[in-house]
Amino acid sequence: MRIIFYIVQKEFLQVFRNRMMLPIIFVIPIVQLLILSFAVTFEIKNINLYISDGDHSVASRRLTEHFRSSPFYRITGEGSTASGLDLVQKGKVHQIIEILPGFGKKLETGLPADILIVNDAINGSAAALMNAYTLQIVNEYNAGIVASFNDIQQPAATVNWSFWFNPQLDYKTYMVPGILVLLVTIIGMFLAGMNVVREKEIGTIEQINVTPIRKYQFIAGKLIPFWIIALFELAVGLIVAKFAFHIPILGNIFLIFLIASVYLLVVMSIGLFLSTVTNTQQQSMFLAWFILVIFILMSGLFTPVESMPRWARTVNVVNPIAYFIAMIRMIMLKGSGFQNIANSLAILSGYGVAILSLAVWRYRKTT
Amino acid sequence: MKRFIIKEFLHIFRDIRSMVILFGMPVAQVLLFGFAISNEVRDVHVAIVDPSHDVITNAIVQKMFASGYFLPGGELSSSSEIEESFRQGKNKMVVVFSNDFATRFQRGEKPSVQLIADASDPNTANLLVSYAGNIIQNYSRQLIIAPNVPVVNPETRMLYNPALKSVYMFVPGIITVLLMLVSAMMTSISIAREKELGTMEVLLVSPLKPFHIVAGKVMPYVLLSFINALSILALSYTVFGVPVNGSLLLLLAESILFILLALSLGIFISTISNNQQTAMMLSMFALMLPTILLSGFIFPVENMPLPLQIFSTLMPPRWFIIIVKSIMLKGTGIAYFWKETLILIVMTIVFIVASVKKFKIRLS
Repeated sequence: MRIIFYIVQKEFLQVFRNRMMLPIIFVIPIVQLLILSFAVTFEIKNINLYISDGDHSVASRRLTEHFRSSPFYRITGEGSTASGLDLVQKGKVHQIIEILPGFGKKLETGLPADILIVNDAINGSAAALMNAYTLQIVNEYNAGIVASFNDIQQPAATVNWSFWFNPQLDYKTYMVPGILVLLVTIIGMFLAGMNVVREKEIGTIEQINVTPIRKYQFIAGKLIPFWIIALFELAVGLIVAKFAFHIPILGNIFLIFLIASVYLLVVMSIGLFLSTVTNTQQQSMFLAWFILVIFILMSGLFTPVESMPRWARTVNVVNPIAYFIAMIRMIMLKGSGFQNIANSLAILSGYGVAILSLAVWRYRKTT
Repeated sequence: MKRFIIKEFLHIFRDIRSMVILFGMPVAQVLLFGFAISNEVRDVHVAIVDPSHDVITNAIVQKMFASGYFLPGGELSSSSEIEESFRQGKNKMVVVFSNDFATRFQRGEKPSVQLIADASDPNTANLLVSYAGNIIQNYSRQLIIAPNVPVVNPETRMLYNPALKSVYMFVPGIITVLLMLVSAMMTSISIAREKELGTMEVLLVSPLKPFHIVAGKVMPYVLLSFINALSILALSYTVFGVPVNGSLLLLLAESILFILLALSLGIFISTISNNQQTAMMLSMFALMLPTILLSGFIFPVENMPLPLQIFSTLMPPRWFIIIVKSIMLKGTGIAYFWKETLILIVMTIVFIVASVKKFKIRLS
């Protein structure tokens, strides 16, 4: 036990005397949390709309007025469709609505009138949402016409909706826990793994190998400092989330730390395992980075897990980030309790034990 | 000088493991984004609370599940079970019909359908509610629409990406992120490595000028990044049919410009960091997340708050993504993005000047 303590002390000294690393470990992640959380939003606010009104009738102006009064649209120009398309190519306009000549006349004489909605669809999902908003406004306009033709009350259903856990649809509430996970992961996976391989590359590991330090003592001594640093970072991050972003923490905070401890064990063991199969920091960093990027992209951090095909969701069984993100969001935002997450936590624990044993087994005291 | 470059090439290319990763990375990412990851909403579990079970509610439920967006997530017997169902995390939306739906519908009493979404994921919640709302409203309008009432028929056209595939959105982003990270991260680490291992001193006392050392260091990475860019383009074209509508030559030229920019950024990072770990953490934290998040790769820049939009103008990837999208998908020429190109050139010059100023011939 004393030996482990000395190694931990040595590691802490090494981290704290590196003046470059301190701000990177402690300041940059928090700054990133503060800044980047505002960046991640799928919310569509300012749709730059271009109106090409070939009719200039009362009816067409009334339709335009519907868009003008909607908070989602910003009418950035009016004129011919051709010049609108040019603005789309320049990236200044997202959507064009073309009203054909004779629009008002047709409606007056009781014929259906056509309009054309042109979307810049490079971002497919944004285009779909944009189009859905526009169709809703056209539907409202139609409802107005129908109402003016029939005085009798028509049967209809009313649709109303409510958003639970996040009534304002604030995207930050969703993303801040996710980014927090990401920052903790980077610290855990990279610092611990890189640390071992650094000793290898510089050659100082041989000095440790010839001492009577046991394998498990060495590994514990290497993992504990970064485990503490990462948990500390999580605590600071949670404080920032709570007080700077007013993210609700509905569930039990100790449950979050329990999960984080297990989770960190998994990612640090992965980092450690990678360091046993590589010889230089560059190699181990490459490998870690490669795995990390794939894990992040598939974790549901940015895109919903449900939209992935079945095989990808199966692959996610070995993705620790996916478990942690799902659990931390459930606990913080929905107040899920222990029994809701017990399953995932059990899997994560088993995973951690397995990969740690693998890393310890693979680590050789001889080089 | 030539020998030095050859030595650098050998250093990099004899490390098979790193090579596999370097060339495997773009392939894996394009395939992942093409096949697995999308921000479309599909196959989401939806639970139903339907006390009346009549013709109309059954038809609405059927319409919803036929749309492809929703999967049946079971039936709840009362509204009190909704919260627990959300806590377990499987269902993302619950549709609650009011009592005696069909009877009240026929009487013109406007019975209500309530859509309750688990908005802990606000984006999905918003999409789900607007999809479901459209389906229900369309259906109820079908039941009542009187003939001879004129309506506006909207017709929709999706430019550049008619099938709304997410891969169109992501390919320019992947190219940018990979070029940025491979070039900047690799160079910064390889120079920091020479410093850390002490071999930098050997180089510095050699007759090579600092400029030659740096040029020799970055040369292999220029080639590597360029090959990466080509393989991403080839893969996305052959597997996913993402076109290059504009000039391929122009696209490659702009890529080289961006690679140079990323390399000069990498050199700059290496001049301010003292070992590999610092260089790596700097390029990781300072480059990776901002490159992914502030560049418009996944999240459109226009939706960000104004201060962040201004901040993102400092991000080289932001400009490059606009260029790649314009050439590949919109098929426009340099006239449409000369400003972005100019910004990239200026940024490159700034980083080169800054690193030359910072580059020390003597080590501490």
